[in-house]
Amino acid sequence: MDSSRAHVVLDDADIGRAIRRIAHEIVEKSRGSQSLILLGIPTRGVALAHRIAAAISSIEGTEVPVGSLDITLYRDDLRLRPARALVPTMIPPGGIDDKTVILVDDVLYSGRSVRAALDALNDVGRPAAVQLAVLVDRGHRQLPIRPDYVGKNLPTSLVEQVRVEVAEVDGADQVTILGEGR
Amino acid sequence: MSRVLRGVRPYGEDAVDIVIADGVIAELAPAGTGVGDVIDADGLVALPGFVDLHTHLREPGREDAETVLSGSQAAALGGFTCVHAMANTNPVADTAGVVEQVWRLGQVAGLVDVRPVGAVTVGLGGERMAEIGAMAHSAAEVRVFSDDGKCVHDAVLMRRALEYVKAFDGVVAQHAQEPRLTEDAQMNEGELSGRLGLVGWPSVAEEAIIARDVLLAEHVGSWLHVCHVSTAGSVEVIRWAKARGVQVTAEVTPHHLILTEDLVTSYDPIYKVNPPLRTAADVHALREALADGTIDAIATDHAPHPHEDKDCEWAAAAMGMLGLETAFSIAMATMVEPGLLTWRELAQRMSVRPARIGRVRTQGHDLVVGAVANIAVVDPSAVRVISATDLASRSRNTPYDGMELPGRVVHTVFAGTPTVLDGALV
Amino acid sequence: MKHLLSAADLSRDDAILVLDTAAELAAVTDRSVKKLPTLRGRTVVNLFFEDSTRTRISFEVAAKRLSADVINFAAKGSSVSKGESLKDTALTLEAMGADAVVIRHGSSGAPHRLATAGWIGGSVVNAGDGTHEHPTQALLDAFTMRRHLRDGAGDLDGLHVAIVGDILHSRVARSNVLLLRTLGAHVTLVAPPTLMPYGVESWPCDVSFDIDQVLPGVDAVMMLRVQAERMHAAYFPSTLEYSRLYGLDARRMGLLPAHAIVMHPGPMNRGMEISADVADSSRAVMVEQVANGVSVRMAVLYLLLGGMKEEI
Ligand SMILES: [Zn+2]
Repeated sequence: MDSSRAHVVLDDADIGRAIRRIAHEIVEKSRGSQSLILLGIPTRGVALAHRIAAAISSIEGTEVPVGSLDITLYRDDLRLRPARALVPTMIPPGGIDDKTVILVDDVLYSGRSVRAALDALNDVGRPAAVQLAVLVDRGHRQLPIRPDYVGKNLPTSLVEQVRVEVAEVDGADQVTILGEGR
Repeated sequence: MSRVLRGVRPYGEDAVDIVIADGVIAELAPAGTGVGDVIDADGLVALPGFVDLHTHLREPGREDAETVLSGSQAAALGGFTCVHAMANTNPVADTAGVVEQVWRLGQVAGLVDVRPVGAVTVGLGGERMAEIGAMAHSAAEVRVFSDDGKCVHDAVLMRRALEYVKAFDGVVAQHAQEPRLTEDAQMNEGELSGRLGLVGWPSVAEEAIIARDVLLAEHVGSWLHVCHVSTAGSVEVIRWAKARGVQVTAEVTPHHLILTEDLVTSYDPIYKVNPPLRTAADVHALREALADGTIDAIATDHAPHPHEDKDCEWAAAAMGMLGLETAFSIAMATMVEPGLLTWRELAQRMSVRPARIGRVRTQGHDLVVGAVANIAVVDPSAVRVISATDLASRSRNTPYDGMELPGRVVHTVFAGTPTVLDGALV
Repeated sequence: MKHLLSAADLSRDDAILVLDTAAELAAVTDRSVKKLPTLRGRTVVNLFFEDSTRTRISFEVAAKRLSADVINFAAKGSSVSKGESLKDTALTLEAMGADAVVIRHGSSGAPHRLATAGWIGGSVVNAGDGTHEHPTQALLDAFTMRRHLRDGAGDLDGLHVAIVGDILHSRVARSNVLLLRTLGAHVTLVAPPTLMPYGVESWPCDVSFDIDQVLPGVDAVMMLRVQAERMHAAYFPSTLEYSRLYGLDARRMGLLPAHAIVMHPGPMNRGMEISADVADSSRAVMVEQVANGVSVRMAVLYLLLGGMKEEI
């Protein structure tokens, strides 16, 4: 048995469809709201945030501001891993105060990254509401956090790894599972 | 009762039985034929017992670091049958009373000849001459005088001392260190000291004093001994002086034959020593000088220090390292193995010459019938890993801890009596 | 990396990581919230055997902005001044559970010893040791130069920096020569020959005794404090002669290219190595150096402690 075999669960077309569906849901849910901001969690969340914004623009014709939010300094697992380089936090002009901020990440797993992002957001300003969009929800939450928009629910075992690749970072779009043979 | 060193090879030459009786070598018999209590020495090398011109035994005053007894044990285990105990004790060995005390403690220990060195100046203060004559005429019969640790830097005082000791065939052993050029000095001055931010100890501070002293010795017709030569420049000065006929002898420490200043990069005070470790070029020059006789002797400058004086930052640490129990291995590694010295020549550097310099009549005899039986029996084929905690010295400040060194002292015979058998004190 | 003892410990990539991290941290702390939770629960000890209020405060602010607990252990008014050894102090700190010790000590190599002698398990940051090194000062100097002369990114390739003054006794100069060289800059040391370290010819930099010849070709000039006491040890005949030959005054500042900046690690001896009008001029970046010091020290603490493996 080849335990490290990679198993493609979403291809580029699937990912495109997922992003368009998330965009539609965001438009529907926030109808009437003029103050949306998409904040990607680096690295791949930022690329996904830009794509969602582009999809919203093609649906609605409106431009949604996009930024990035580095959560490194807020992580609770800093001691457990080698120190990592920081990446810029980019808040769109006008800030986040009284806006609806949608955090965008590639994979939702334990929920700890989102917890860190909420802490980081707290130091940036005071949004009216915060929502969460993820491309893949693989379960195994360790905190009371749930996504508002999900590209694909992907039940996994703990020994498996989910890898999201996006063209902007990795050269191609796909989601694979590595680990115990399926 | 007689004893037989069975099958031993004097100076690494053909195997014989050395028969020892009444404290002297009674017979050199064909191997396997000697009669007496047998000490197995099959294939081992016999050398005349080593004589150290430069040992710090720390007693009186710092018995926590070393005593005459523990230092004598370390010496015997290192193949030594005679050590010269330096004067920088507390109180300083600057009177007949102190040198006689050290001498008696040596007699009581009974493991080696302990020959006290007398201070040149009162309290090593460099100002007034100590009672050199009284020490010379004491029971200790002091012949070597030194302010070691401090330099006799006053030129007039040095001249007077050189002259004064002529009356009883003594020698002044100078610790050559120009004090003003070495204020707060921490390590050899060079590119590395600049980089490490440690105050430099320039070679010239040693060489300038040696140059002055050989000229003084020539002028007054006295005999000068130079302690622990550490630089290539000092070697040149001494070589020049000897060529001129100046009566000068010199010693080098084992550590200056093998260790270099780059060890200081660790800031580990185990490598802090006076004079400081120098460069590879200096090490090379010192080995050559020892080989060609410019430097007469290997002297350990065995300098025990308690743990707390080394377990600290560099500047706060004491200077000095242990030497007695590793000297033979270092000499073998640096001089014999590379072919710079034969066993006979090594015997000259570690026994015969230092005994002559120290005026010790019962030491440094060749291994011939009738000689006092002071003998070091060594195993050149052995390899040992040095462990600081296994040393007999009360202190642990060896720079060789964990190092693998060639050669081992197996037996030591002092005045006909074994002090060490099979690497252990008797 | 566990310790920061010497600028030589930093590869080019390491140094740029510190500078980039400092830049991000500077941006974060420019916001209204000045405190990050990053080092919550970690203890940083400032162990200062020499007085240096500015460096101590800089490290203290840096650690507190990252939410670390800070213990100041100054030589004055503690057991250190009563002759307690570095080792005993270290063992005390270890018992207190220090995750990092920031040490300033008068003996070269003391931080090295603290890191390697087995007395403590935490990280050691050298905040200046004897006449050896002061690596965080070099990092903040590089950070300042990068902001002014290289758009705040990358290395310092091609920059020419003059360091003028008491090189012999300067830990700032030693660390800067090493770090600037690592980052691709070219350094010229300027001092009277008596204040040059022995063997300086083999350092990776140029050496000059003529400041007027050097200034027209540099992008930055760093003036080092010269203590008047050096005069008594015969390093130079008088303070007047020193400032005339090696001090930076308005005339000499006029020799600098238009874009060049004037730096000083502080504290300044106005009228000695630097004239008051130069110190207060728009080219002088000393105030900024102080601010950048906090960002750089935050970056160092984050990179040393943020990634430490939990030892259980
Ligand atoms: Zn000495």
